[in-house]
Amino acid sequence: MSGARDWWLMAALLCVGIVAPFLFPALVAQFAFLWLMVVFALSWDVMGGQMGYNSFGNILFFGIGCYTTAVVQRDFGFDYFAGLGAGLGLSGLIGVGAALLIGRAILGLRGHYFAIGTLGLGIAAAEIAGGWHYIGAGAGMVTPVFPGGVDTRNLFFYGLLFALAGSCFIFLRALYQCRFGMAINAIRDNEDKAEAMGLHTLRYKITAWCVAAFFLALAGGLAGNMIGFIDPRDVAFAGATYGVWMVLMAVLGGKGTLWGPVLGAAIFHLVQELFWTYLLGWQRVALGGLIVLIVVFYPQGIMGWLRERRAGHAVRDGEAQA
Amino acid sequence: MIANLELLAGYPVLGLDLILNGLLIGAVFALAAYGMALVWGVMNIINIVQGELVILGGYIAWAAVGAGVPPLLCVPLAAFALGLLGWGLYGTVIRRIIERDLFISILATFGMSILLQQLMNQVFGADVRTVDSGFGTLSLMGGMVTVAQVKLFAFGLALLTGVGLWLFLSRARLGQAIRATAQNPRAARVLGIDTDRTYAATYALNAALCGAAGSLVVMAWTIHPYIGLQYTVRAFMIVIVAGLGNVAGVVFSGLGLGALENLAGFVLGAEFQVAFVFLLMVLVLIVRNLILSRRRSYLR
Amino acid sequence: MSAPILSVENVSKRFGGVVANDAVSLAVPEGAIIGLIGPNGSGKSTLFGSIVGFHPVDGGSVRFRGEEITRYRVPKIARMGLVRTFQQTHIYGQMSCLANMLISIPQRQERFLASFRRPKGEEIERAESLLASVGLWEKRQLAAGELSFGQQKLLEFAMALMCEPRLLLLDEPTAGINPTLINGLVAQLRRANAELGITLLVIEHNMRVIMNLADHLYCMAHGRILAEGDAEAIRADQRVIDAYLGAQ
Repeated sequence: MSGARDWWLMAALLCVGIVAPFLFPALVAQFAFLWLMVVFALSWDVMGGQMGYNSFGNILFFGIGCYTTAVVQRDFGFDYFAGLGAGLGLSGLIGVGAALLIGRAILGLRGHYFAIGTLGLGIAAAEIAGGWHYIGAGAGMVTPVFPGGVDTRNLFFYGLLFALAGSCFIFLRALYQCRFGMAINAIRDNEDKAEAMGLHTLRYKITAWCVAAFFLALAGGLAGNMIGFIDPRDVAFAGATYGVWMVLMAVLGGKGTLWGPVLGAAIFHLVQELFWTYLLGWQRVALGGLIVLIVVFYPQGIMGWLRERRAGHAVRDGEAQA
Repeated sequence: MIANLELLAGYPVLGLDLILNGLLIGAVFALAAYGMALVWGVMNIINIVQGELVILGGYIAWAAVGAGVPPLLCVPLAAFALGLLGWGLYGTVIRRIIERDLFISILATFGMSILLQQLMNQVFGADVRTVDSGFGTLSLMGGMVTVAQVKLFAFGLALLTGVGLWLFLSRARLGQAIRATAQNPRAARVLGIDTDRTYAATYALNAALCGAAGSLVVMAWTIHPYIGLQYTVRAFMIVIVAGLGNVAGVVFSGLGLGALENLAGFVLGAEFQVAFVFLLMVLVLIVRNLILSRRRSYLR
Repeated sequence: MSAPILSVENVSKRFGGVVANDAVSLAVPEGAIIGLIGPNGSGKSTLFGSIVGFHPVDGGSVRFRGEEITRYRVPKIARMGLVRTFQQTHIYGQMSCLANMLISIPQRQERFLASFRRPKGEEIERAESLLASVGLWEKRQLAAGELSFGQQKLLEFAMALMCEPRLLLLDEPTAGINPTLINGLVAQLRRANAELGITLLVIEHNMRVIMNLADHLYCMAHGRILAEGDAEAIRADQRVIDAYLGAQ
């Protein structure tokens, strides 16, 4: 169907991803953040878009990744790269473990109860991290210094985040094409029916949650190191920024589509950078306003808008033929 | 934590102090929760911006006191200002999301909450604010239990507002229109009720309630631009426990939450009090859902 | 007749003060087609809900193939091979008709890892042939939510067949279906029963259809079983006639 077009787009993105840091060396850090945003939006959409479970607390796993990696780097006595590798590995494990543990209880909630329950989880995590001395409490944690220059450092994290975003995309694309994808779509469209047909709904829901958790935990480990400083409320469990942005980017691009979150992340990141440059001080106010605007006026997202337009064309073509 | 528990066991009167102060703030929680239940029940919107409206009410009272207005007058002033704002918010945003699914309304009101939060931070600054109301402190049991009189005043006023609202909803024409719309908007429309105006009035009324609650918060406690969400979550939790349209339930769960939270804050340490509030909310949801799932049902 | 595949004994269900089912008992023999009739609000759909675990029952017991399933939850009962369709259609609206069918394959021995494979060729063939049999093959790539009510009903029926249940509870299968298609649907039901060995329990208001189709009928009124028997006996039963004419 759209297989060939998908591959062309992916190849094009791969080229852009490889060439961009060399064409615009000054913007490597911003590009790295862009891929982080892509991971955010893609991993949120597994639950929110494809399964209809709108989580406002996925930031939880990002924060777990930030702290786990930083703690491994601090306490395990490895050198920088071994520490980062071990930290990321453990982050993925703990992220998935946490998702398994919480998932059983919280995925029984439906609709808005799930949304607000997860919102509560994310904020509770921020507050706990803010009071827990082992991980620096309110003062946060500083990650180890990268052995090398600033440019090498940026390029290093750019490469890793690009690889993470790419593998996340390819993994999800494969996932959505197998029975799993159909099952979570079925849960989104009519969970009562899915249960009545005997689907293992809870199993699917927990698995989807774990997939999101895994990628977010890795993203957290990388982002924490790239930013260099982990604040409990503003970096690790930043519910009011990253936490909402992931929802917003997926909505902006088009919930429940493969390319929508990627597109949404790219546009959102661009807008956000512009706000930061031109609205100094007021950028967060403007972002709040932007959320309201998008949600109220373009809830179907760019992909949804494109589809509607194409459907409109098809109808008109059909009428013309008739 | 153990030491705190031992302290509490050794001096039960300390617990009394905590519980009493908790009950007093609980009344203010209940006020915000009542507004949330009203909007939820009538318009089917979970108003995430609730807490920011409370805090904004507090800032308006704080600014008014700064301009020389007597503190007592600030309560109706904040309520009126927030009522106007609520009307405006309804006209610009809420009316466009009222028929949409709950995800849209949650996300939109969450966006409004971020917007207001950042706006308050920008306008009023990130400092913790409070207002000196000029009331004294009440000492009981030889100074072991102390209660600021302003908290008693806030408690009384919160209950009084609740009673007034209840009377309004059951007696006044607009109140009856609100209740009719809550039960069946289409039937209400057929019977000649202007539902759009009713919704606007409901939302404005809710905002006014939040404004009043906020002015009481700033007099008896403190405010800060980023603590709104805590009030939202408290209100949400109270509504979940009490159910929609259950005034007595809202009051009692509000008071209970206040007392519980104060005790937990003392036992776990003040830095974990907010975490406790949010985890308690998650726990309440999960437990309610588990109970329902044993009856082959789930929270709707 | 053979041993009952489903036996319902003294099942009661109240909603608040309303008694929807009052000590209802019925038995469905393996391989049979059983009809369940009765005026609107007599508790037929509630009984379906009680059987498949959609809501808890207040008393009584439900046994499926000898196993006590009264306390089981919906997905588990469905995996045992007891599936229902709904009076108001329940389909996956945003998914294509074909995907609706493919996700409905039996979950009885579905292993966790099996959810990470793509649909097999034979599954797609089966899905397409079932879609063709209800006249929806041309619409297989269309989102199911865009079908008409009657078409959705047919799709839901095809999904139920895809699931290969042992016992299928059908809630008003012909309601909302184009009258010209009803005969075909009845033939489908018979074929499912005869060739696939699916036992059927059917709620139906269309008397001509149900009298033709069912081996044995139960008639409910006011939450109780009023009468049972074959088509002739039910047609002649004065209590059934009274119930339908409201003379009570």
